Amino acid sequence: MGAYITRRLLWLPFLLFAISLITFLLGRIAPGDPVEIMLGNRYDVKVAANLREQLGLDRPMLVQYGDYMWKAIQGDFGESLRFRGRAVGELLGPKMWVSFQVNLMAMIASVSVGLPLGFFIARRQGRWQDPFTVVISLILMSIPIMVTIPFILLAMCRWWDLVPCSGWGGIWDARIIVPTITLGLFGFAGLMRLMRASTLDVMGQDFIRTAYAKGLSRYTVDYRHILKNALIPIVTVLSLSLDGMLTTSFVAERILGIPGMGDFVIQSIFNRDYPVIMAVTLVGSTAFVLANLFADIAYTIIDPRIRYR
Amino acid sequence: MKSSAMDLKIEIGQQRQGHLARAVSRLARKKVAIVSIALLLTLYAGGIFAPWVSPYDYSYQDYSVIRNPPSLEHLAGTDRAGRDVLTRLLWGIQNTIILTFIAMITGGLFIGVTLGLLAGYFGGKVDVMVNRIGEIFASLPTFFLMVIIAATLRPRVLEMVRWIEDNTVIHGLVQSGVVDYFVISLALVSFTWFGMARLVRGQVLYLKTTEFIQSAQAIGATTPRILFHHLLPNAISPIIVLVSMSMGTMAGSEILLSWLGLGIQPPRPSLGRMLLESGNIGTLQNEPWMLLAPGLIALLLILSWNLLGDALNDVLNPRTR
Repeated sequence: MGAYITRRLLWLPFLLFAISLITFLLGRIAPGDPVEIMLGNRYDVKVAANLREQLGLDRPMLVQYGDYMWKAIQGDFGESLRFRGRAVGELLGPKMWVSFQVNLMAMIASVSVGLPLGFFIARRQGRWQDPFTVVISLILMSIPIMVTIPFILLAMCRWWDLVPCSGWGGIWDARIIVPTITLGLFGFAGLMRLMRASTLDVMGQDFIRTAYAKGLSRYTVDYRHILKNALIPIVTVLSLSLDGMLTTSFVAERILGIPGMGDFVIQSIFNRDYPVIMAVTLVGSTAFVLANLFADIAYTIIDPRIRYR
Repeated sequence: MKSSAMDLKIEIGQQRQGHLARAVSRLARKKVAIVSIALLLTLYAGGIFAPWVSPYDYSYQDYSVIRNPPSLEHLAGTDRAGRDVLTRLLWGIQNTIILTFIAMITGGLFIGVTLGLLAGYFGGKVDVMVNRIGEIFASLPTFFLMVIIAATLRPRVLEMVRWIEDNTVIHGLVQSGVVDYFVISLALVSFTWFGMARLVRGQVLYLKTTEFIQSAQAIGATTPRILFHHLLPNAISPIIVLVSMSMGTMAGSEILLSWLGLGIQPPRPSLGRMLLESGNIGTLQNEPWMLLAPGLIALLLILSWNLLGDALNDVLNPRTR
């Protein structure tokens, strides 16, 4: 296992290098001169040339990339082109923190509802509760998030007057409720299905029959044998479900006026704010890759039967 | 005597039935599968024949019927500009199905299956290459990957298409929406191909060790014959399931891209754009049909593929039942 982890860790820098190079090149392939956008109608050839030199945009592409990466490793992602004079890190930090909180709450909500329900439903296989819940979860997974949010808002904010209709005030504020519910509904459906499948898989195995045969109580078999084993594959799935959660949370943030990354990233792309796009992609992918790596390692520790080459 | 001979014949006939034929007959017994296939056929027919079945022109504005609720003339009502919602829905479905089909056939089936077959069969350097490149794509969060590709490549492709229009006798390319189709399918392909390649590779790795492949190699079957005649047909079940499952996901991604303003550009109608324009509480309270109609269509389109995928999984991969 040590060799496996070492190899994964050694591959990590290459992976990040490739990702950053691709993002960098994609950003530069796009036409639309950032200098032109910055100057707007005050565009002047001389000023533009000056600005370009100042920003280092007149140097060869690879030099620009190397320079960028050298600083990025030290935590300096440069200066935003859209908001002159503001460091990217300083702009992104608070937004990432907000998005992180939204995603964390959604994850907690979907795990705490999805896993118990999936476990419960699997044991009801063959009765009406099982297909009913499966179909409901498929419907929840299929509704585009931009359709669900207006309905939930209409009910919670107009009819019952429980929460303000938009905005953000941290996780102790009532306005966290709507994003948590919408994202939670989406995430919970997927987790529930996986937990159900995993539980059914374990229930069909021989050692469960043995456990019953040697006279263990139903409670012991359920919680000590079935539940523990069924939870193992969920670890990897959790890190993979992060991806879908991130996408939906960006949409939700945009609709609900939450000052997270969602709207900021889109605006930066439309305004060709390369430093911001690069920083977001780099930090996002690094977090994503690390989460997956962590999940794989956790998997080998939890389940000693798993042997990676 | 005669009847028992016939019985025997029927029995043999049934045994000869292939894996897929058996799966189809099992699928036909599932109500959910029949319902979702019927829904998909209806939606797809509506989308494909949109130019003929849609009651109005998609950009025709009738200012006397602005924001009218559903009526006999406008079955799904009209929008803020007096356009027929049903017409715009049908055209929106058309865009979604064209895009998902292009992306599935090029990315999922052509690139994904071929690379998966090659990686699994040859192993070694090919395998490492495919896996490493795929891993890079898989480790970029889907949202960033899709949005960055759509946003940065569109202007370049638009430029190229304009150049083609200016320098050749081909005209009307930009107007036909070719640019949108190309860019969006590329964005969709970027995260679809590796899932398929990984699946096919896994299947091939297992099949490669079986005796019938070894005997095919022993009698000197050519590599393409082994790949496409022996390996591919035996890996077809999981491919079918994955295709069905990813069609729904892709439709959802297309809607998302158009919702962000990176997909189909107005005035061409798209489900994503309709959801953007009507996805607020005010519209839901005052003109609910504007949100309900595209929302329901989007839900049905994605849900039917998911349900079908689920049913196919039950039928084709009996181990996981």
